[in-house]
Amino acid sequence: MFGTALRTSFTALRAPLRVPATALASPSLAFTRRYISQDARAKIQQAVSSTPVVLFMKGTPDAPQCGFSRAAVQVLDIHGVPAEKMKTFDVLADSELRQSIKEFSDWPTIPQLYVNGEFVGGCDILLSMHQSGELDDLLVKSGVIPPEEPESSNQTQN
Amino acid sequence: MSTAAKDPRESSPVGPIEQSIRAKLTELLRPSQLEITNDSWQHRHHAPMRAAGGGNGETHFSVNVVSEQFQGKNTMQRHRMIYAALSDEFAAGLHALSLKTKAPTEVQPAAQT
Repeated sequence: MFGTALRTSFTALRAPLRVPATALASPSLAFTRRYISQDARAKIQQAVSSTPVVLFMKGTPDAPQCGFSRAAVQVLDIHGVPAEKMKTFDVLADSELRQSIKEFSDWPTIPQLYVNGEFVGGCDILLSMHQSGELDDLLVKSGVIPPEEPESSNQTQN
Repeated sequence: MSTAAKDPRESSPVGPIEQSIRAKLTELLRPSQLEITNDSWQHRHHAPMRAAGGGNGETHFSVNVVSEQFQGKNTMQRHRMIYAALSDEFAAGLHALSLKTKAPTEVQPAAQT
């Protein structure tokens, strides 16, 4: 169900305690890691282009490990993003990905949403786009979900 | 202004990260409104925080800021401005921000929550 383009080890999913917290424990490390290898960049580029909706999150949709990731999954679910058009990557299972995705997107937090290879934003942006209707527009325009059929009422027009 | 931790079980004073966030955002944005709430206690249990021994108590904040500097910028640009200004704090253990960024013209006078 999940892509393996990033060599993500999903066997480690159920053992979040084993995840090293290097980025948190060592401020200096965060500075020395402020570049991202061409290899890592290429792999992420491939991942975000591989499917229309890509979510980098903590945990999995069934077992999110962070409230912000949980909220992102729920919002995408509300909009009916079909499973075959969406991939999630668990950054807790891949410490290299966890660091490099932040550099790749120039965005310091997880979750991160990509639609058709374009960075959309993090949890707050996703939620506000959900509330304003922009997310629905984006998903329809991107061909992820079908446009809402104007049935007897045309309340979708505004 | 809510500057103290919200957890009734803790009455910790404003920590150095929060002070630093306030100072940097004040300088960058000259905000007409700036509320910073330390939500760290709510996240102590989640996996990355457990792995870090529960965090240092200054890992998660909500920031509600109103500034002229946001005029004409979209949400992502606004968030990037803040993230860029706080890169030192992220390197020092800050883990997540919940951001509400508005320009003064977008604030509805009655809806101050």
